[in-house]
Amino acid sequence: MPEIEIDGQLVQAPEGATIMEVAEQLGVYIPHFCYHKKLSIAANCRMCLVQVEKAAKPVPACATPATNGMKVFTHSSLAVKAQQGVMEFLLINHPLDCPICDQGGECQLQDLAVGYGAGASHYQEEKRVVFHKDAGSLISMQEMSRCIHCTRCVRFGQEIAGVMEFGMANRTMHSEIVTFLGRSVDSELSGNMIDLCPVGALTSKPFRFAARSWELSRLPSISLHDSVGANLTVQARNHRVMRVLPRENEAVNECWISDRDRFSYEGLNSPERLTKPMIRVDGQLREVEWSVALDYAAHGLRDIVARHGADEIAALAAPWSTLEEMHLLQKVVRGLGSGNVDFRPRRYDYAPSGVPAGARWLGMRIAELNELDTALVVGSFVRKDIPLFAQRLRQAAKHNGTRVTLISLGNDDPLMAMHEHVVVAPSELPAALARVVKAAALQCRVPVPAGLEAIVPDIPSEAIATSLRVRGRSMIFLGRVAVQHPHAVQIHVLAQHLSDITGANLGFFGDSGNIVGGYLSGALPSARNARTMFTDPRRAYVMLGIEPELDCHNPQLTLAALRQADLRIVLSPFISEAMREYADVLLPVAPFTETSGTFVNAEGRVQSFKGVVRPLGEARPAWKVLRVLGNLLNLDGFDQESSEEVRDAVLPPETLIDGEFASGLDNGIKLPIDPAALVSAKGVFERVADVPIYFSDPLVRRAPALQKTRDAAPPTARMSARTLAEAGLVAGAPVRLRQESIAGSGEAVLTAALDDGVPDGCVRVSAAHPATAALGDMFGTIQVEPV
Amino acid sequence: MLTPESLARIDREIAKYPVGQQQSAVMAALAIAQEAHGWLSPELIEEVAVYLGMPPVAALEVATFYNMYDLKPVGRYKLTVCTNLPCMLSGGVDALEYLQKKLGIGLDETTPDGRITLKQGECMGACGDAPVVLVNNRRMCASMTPAEIDRLLAELD
Repeated sequence: MPEIEIDGQLVQAPEGATIMEVAEQLGVYIPHFCYHKKLSIAANCRMCLVQVEKAAKPVPACATPATNGMKVFTHSSLAVKAQQGVMEFLLINHPLDCPICDQGGECQLQDLAVGYGAGASHYQEEKRVVFHKDAGSLISMQEMSRCIHCTRCVRFGQEIAGVMEFGMANRTMHSEIVTFLGRSVDSELSGNMIDLCPVGALTSKPFRFAARSWELSRLPSISLHDSVGANLTVQARNHRVMRVLPRENEAVNECWISDRDRFSYEGLNSPERLTKPMIRVDGQLREVEWSVALDYAAHGLRDIVARHGADEIAALAAPWSTLEEMHLLQKVVRGLGSGNVDFRPRRYDYAPSGVPAGARWLGMRIAELNELDTALVVGSFVRKDIPLFAQRLRQAAKHNGTRVTLISLGNDDPLMAMHEHVVVAPSELPAALARVVKAAALQCRVPVPAGLEAIVPDIPSEAIATSLRVRGRSMIFLGRVAVQHPHAVQIHVLAQHLSDITGANLGFFGDSGNIVGGYLSGALPSARNARTMFTDPRRAYVMLGIEPELDCHNPQLTLAALRQADLRIVLSPFISEAMREYADVLLPVAPFTETSGTFVNAEGRVQSFKGVVRPLGEARPAWKVLRVLGNLLNLDGFDQESSEEVRDAVLPPETLIDGEFASGLDNGIKLPIDPAALVSAKGVFERVADVPIYFSDPLVRRAPALQKTRDAAPPTARMSARTLAEAGLVAGAPVRLRQESIAGSGEAVLTAALDDGVPDGCVRVSAAHPATAALGDMFGTIQVEPV
Repeated sequence: MLTPESLARIDREIAKYPVGQQQSAVMAALAIAQEAHGWLSPELIEEVAVYLGMPPVAALEVATFYNMYDLKPVGRYKLTVCTNLPCMLSGGVDALEYLQKKLGIGLDETTPDGRITLKQGECMGACGDAPVVLVNNRRMCASMTPAEIDRLLAELD
């Protein structure tokens, strides 16, 4: 290890480290703009010039490797003179009007100009003007004259987001950051470029000029949108959330968050917030006091139990509810004597009773994603389902040579180097995985699992099996589609066999924010699950944090069951049109920024957070509401003083691994392979439903800026050219879609669109959108006809 | 937009680089596209980028970096006059002004008949023969005194 001296301090530098990295490690600050620890080195801002003994000129610390015996001076007169000179150059064309700049007060250039700049400039001439640009609804490019051409945004696109959307056009003093032909920036990670921009050139469009950074309180929180559990800093003023920024946690989200995590806060202040309890009187919803609404709910539930038995009660929690909320909800339901409680509304296929449904988790720590040698991802629109896992796999493929294979239902570009990418129709997904299992068994010379006799491996499955077998760390991940599939259990069984044969571990990406927390909270059904509670309609439903008309596997089925029920109690931060129609009791509960609680992410990390602002209107934290409801129902065990007390009862601190990870997580399953699941559908059109990233939960659906992005475009009926021809359709024409289910026939009219990435015979129709809510199951037969 | 002939030429350029590094051929590919179409429209740049499997904005970076790529339509003949220091000292600016007066157009303009476009260029590596004028990026004309310029203009139909 080379030994170097920085400002008189001797230090052992790691092999290959730059002066910048060694100085950072030592706690010596070297000013910089273009350098970022997660990005490649550009050395184009020249701000980090330092003096090195025996070097003829100052050298850039970010691009100079530390070598043995090197003596670095960061504050010598030569270094200071160089830094001042660079700063003067940077400010030649940069406007000096910080008071009217949105970045003012949190600007690296402003800070460093104070710290390293001179009081005056030699430059008296006119400054250069760069025209503003439009990059979509998230990033504002109104003040491109402020750009100092550090190219952090360009490198972020190339290296982290995997798609180069910004580039630097022209040369020298004409350089400017542009998108191609002024197109919008559509990456699901684009907001990070706002953080990276060291000046006020790229700013947040929704936050722009809404507040000054010093007026904002900043409190830690956790994102609920996906199972990464990204660490957030939520900034608020006057009890209104103004902005969300990433909070660095190398083990979870590094220093990034997805745009969904970043901009969903706008939904918190949506006009659709429910702020007063309501009950239905004579067919009309009326605002009432909390005590009245809770009495009404408690009375209604007791009445159902007395008249029809507790089994007539069912409760469904959103998988983005907190651990505490889910725990107390199931406690109320079980206290009343019912086992009909679940938190997995998008699932179709549940493990048969008697088979323990262990807490399904990632199977490893998130940070280990970067170190894998092989990753097989089954059934995931990985970039849009869980952007930060996709980001880690992208880095792994790029820097670690990880062989990433995707078996999915569409050829959406994951923006990473792929080992294999197999695209199949939904009904073929189990068979596609079965081919890999059989190929692996044959390659490993172990007995082929019973049930796979008829399966014939093909070339891609052989290649995938080989990649899983080679020495090193291998994982099989089941994504959102795999767990929401009609044969989800069989897919799990096949993946288990593949894991047993190859030695690769099995993991679940998790289809929602707090899904692991749900398993741990005790909210797993002991009677009817999130599907059977609707196929076998109950008389009373309790809904927590969910919009069943959009968030269930089959919204039509759910709505039919809700409509026939006698009592529908809805605990929700928002009120939707459908709720106005079916709800009997509406209890306004607090979203994640207004309550304390706990999310458990995919790796089992238990992350508790406090409320950031006080609840809006009369909304109250759901755990308190459920506790009071438990008391009103005279149930035992509802006298917790705090959400921490609830959490510690569910996850006693002494059971946590390293004090932060839940124990007892288990992905194992022991069931025979069912050859019936391996038969693909013939002669019918199949629906492929993705959950578009900006429709995935009630909060993000109400975030205006995200709703203006390309990813939030209304769904179309996407088909390959062959499918279009088969159905007698042309792209752009209206198409009538129909799905049958036990709740009846559901219909939607959409526009047909050409997408050759959709497997032949399939129609890709997104779920979670009002335009498609009238349809049935996410996967299954769909009828297609021209209008 | 790219003709089969252009694509064949681009393929020859791609073959000069290791497999998977086809984006290294971007400069040659853009030059070939420009030769066939006269100038590089955004659509043409995108087509080249897609053909080479690179982001369109990365091809745009290249196309806007170098002077010899024309991002706006030019006349049949593009005259690029060097005005860097050695040429300037030997009458480069005078040559440019003479051309402007003679053709009745300004810098970066095209004659109304679409015959000639006037451009200002960077050093062409022939300072000894200054002033230098480049015709259509290919033909170098040295020692461009007014008389030489007149002769050149007469030659260009």
